[in-house]
Amino acid sequence: MFEQADALLLARIQFAFTVSFHFFFPAFTIGLASYLAVLEGLWLKTGKALYMDLYKFWLKIFAISFAMGVVSGIVMSYQFGTNWSVYSDIAGPVIGPLMAYEVLTAFFLEAGFLGVMLFGMNRVGKKLHFAATCMVAGGTFLSAFWILSVNSWMQTPTGFEIGANGQMLPAGSWIDIIFNPSFPYRLVHTVLAAYLTTAFIVGGVGAFHLLRERADRRRGIAGEPNMHARKMFSMAMWMAALVVPVQIVAGDYHGLNTLEHQPQKVMAMEGHYNSYPDGAPLYLFGIPNDEEQRLDYAVGIPKLSSLILKHDLDAPMAGLDTIPDDEQPPTAIVFWSFRIMVALGFAMLGVGLWSLVARWRGKLYDWAWLHRAAVVMSPSGLAAVLAGWITTEVGRQPYVVYGALRTADAASPLSASAVGASLVAFVVIYFTVFGAGVWYILKLMGKPPHSGETGVKRGDRGPIRTAGIAPGLSHNQGDNGQVGVLAEPAE
Amino acid sequence: MTYSVDLTTVWAFIIAFAVFAYVVMDGFDLGIGILFKFFEAGRERDRAMNSIAPVWDGNETWLVLGGGGLFAAFPLAYAVILPATYPLIIAMLLGLVFRGVAFEYRWRDPGHRRYWDAAFTGGSIVAALAQGMTLGALLQGIEIEGRAYAGGPFDWLTPYTILTGLGTLAGYALLGATWLVWKLDDAGQDHARRLARWAAAATIVLMGAVSIANVFLNEEYATRWLTAPEIYYVWPVPLLTGAVAVMLWRALSADRHSKPFWLSLALFLFGMAGVGVTLWPNVAPPSLTIWDAAAPYSSQLFMLVGTVITMPLIIGYTAWAYWVFRGKVGDEGYH
Repeated sequence: MFEQADALLLARIQFAFTVSFHFFFPAFTIGLASYLAVLEGLWLKTGKALYMDLYKFWLKIFAISFAMGVVSGIVMSYQFGTNWSVYSDIAGPVIGPLMAYEVLTAFFLEAGFLGVMLFGMNRVGKKLHFAATCMVAGGTFLSAFWILSVNSWMQTPTGFEIGANGQMLPAGSWIDIIFNPSFPYRLVHTVLAAYLTTAFIVGGVGAFHLLRERADRRRGIAGEPNMHARKMFSMAMWMAALVVPVQIVAGDYHGLNTLEHQPQKVMAMEGHYNSYPDGAPLYLFGIPNDEEQRLDYAVGIPKLSSLILKHDLDAPMAGLDTIPDDEQPPTAIVFWSFRIMVALGFAMLGVGLWSLVARWRGKLYDWAWLHRAAVVMSPSGLAAVLAGWITTEVGRQPYVVYGALRTADAASPLSASAVGASLVAFVVIYFTVFGAGVWYILKLMGKPPHSGETGVKRGDRGPIRTAGIAPGLSHNQGDNGQVGVLAEPAE
Repeated sequence: MTYSVDLTTVWAFIIAFAVFAYVVMDGFDLGIGILFKFFEAGRERDRAMNSIAPVWDGNETWLVLGGGGLFAAFPLAYAVILPATYPLIIAMLLGLVFRGVAFEYRWRDPGHRRYWDAAFTGGSIVAALAQGMTLGALLQGIEIEGRAYAGGPFDWLTPYTILTGLGTLAGYALLGATWLVWKLDDAGQDHARRLARWAAAATIVLMGAVSIANVFLNEEYATRWLTAPEIYYVWPVPLLTGAVAVMLWRALSADRHSKPFWLSLALFLFGMAGVGVTLWPNVAPPSLTIWDAAAPYSSQLFMLVGTVITMPLIIGYTAWAYWVFRGKVGDEGYH
């Protein structure tokens, strides 16, 4: 009994760890694939080499993060069976097909065209290459579509019945299962989050190079203004200014949907241990105390929560006191992760508005404090995404399929030592391997984007031919730091 | 459950196809990884890597289809096989992590390239061994009670599974070496051909050993392979395998480019057919049949619609991607 409880906890930690690590990569690459498609499209349309330079600058980064996303994603696809076999058996008939559709429509599409996107620039025509980029971008979106449908079904399950063997069987239409009540909201909120994650990283990199250019000027190393850094900063700030407000509205709708279908999650997010018959306060701060069922040191604004969630100052709101103890999520994690996400969202909005003011005054590339803020905020999307997922995943506990299957009843019959050993292996290997990958990405980001960027190269024997698009031989700086002057093959 | 008989059989074949596609396609990627240490650092390794860089990701996707398809069409099988082989699956996944990132990292960090090359080799070897041993663990049988795995944590570790692991390792090395015979020229090709001969010899010997051991695993298998009337139906498989082995050996002794690869593929096809004959109609012997483990009709039908629509497209654009990167690998890599 004790042993099983340990095994369960370890399995939960392992899933939380591997899925959190994994999601950083798709959160970034979903947006980056679309950004690359936009850059290549603009290059085809305008013929400006600058867009192709930016494309190649980000393509190298895309290649690394995509590889990390793929290998950490395969771990996820098998972890349902290795660690959550009871869940797989029971929920498999419903969610298995959705995941199969993800493989068939998304993974193959991404993987099939990725090779051409990364290495095929000189082997296919320009338009065909652009089509390959679009296919990869479309694949990342379809992947998000299906996996979010699966996750949403686990949050708001519909269209199933329990069979004689205990399995959840599809009943009625698959449309009801795929488009379950929380799916449209979660899809919009998550995809916008991925776009913003990318936008803030791109913006942060652009701002970093603008700051460095400024520092160089101060030291008297006068260089040409880096138009590449300006362009990426400007594009990212347009995204921040225009998409963050949309995302805040989308998040609000998502919250209303959660209130309708998973009220205890919202109670935990709000820290509402008690019911409020005539208007609930919005707590800005507090220390949730599950044992005593109260919010310690609470600082709140009266009636604001009712206004936000019910659009009525005096609307009654039920609290966790209406929910049996064994149906409540752990409040503290949900309460705080939700606040972190919201705070980051508003900070992102601040950067977006600030950039609008700077642009209005014609100072977008001059305001150093804006650039510093953008650098600091570059991982904000990733952090907000993680906080958001913690809110929604911890908030639906103690269930894995909401209201239908408890997490505690879903794990594989494994010993605590087996799960513990694999958890240690995952932690050690993920930090080393993905730590190295992130380091390589940061190194690539740290190199100033320039004319004649090379794409993803695969050969380090002497100078590399940069045949084809935008040769720019004098700038032909190799990925490994070598500067190739002559376009001679190694042989 | 008679209503879903046909669909369940169809799904058994679709998953067998996905597993076969995975085994041969990622097989040659992993094989190149397994043999990587034997290539000279520098040009030879770079070219070997470049020959698979544009396609490895697509190849690996078949593994996700095999696993995901099993999950969707036979959830109970997925729910018992994976816990039964837990350490093997985890080892395989971690091996694939190292193997996959090495494709990118080795170019990014020349200072540590030899470490990432070692990760590429180590990851490939671990993944190949784990896959082969998982197959062996499946064939030797999985203990099930109710709807869950009921055996011990190390039931998968037996001399038989070690043999299947080594057989898979050798087989992947053969696929990798013959792929390089096709994709390289001059000295690189000669080197690959020498390695392919070693790998072919090891594969043929180990396949024979696994086949013999297989018959002695239990009476059911012995009956199936050694007594009439079954014997008349099943023996074409080993006979054809033997014929292919002879042809492969001769092709490797001559100046052939793509033929050894296709013959290695045929060797795997017949090996897989042997596995299929041994398993049928179980998905997890000795007792779990494909019908016991099958998802309901509605789930299988819904997925079949998607498969029928997307599979021709997938095969089409995958073939196109291979076509784009056809021919011998040059030094410049791809841009």
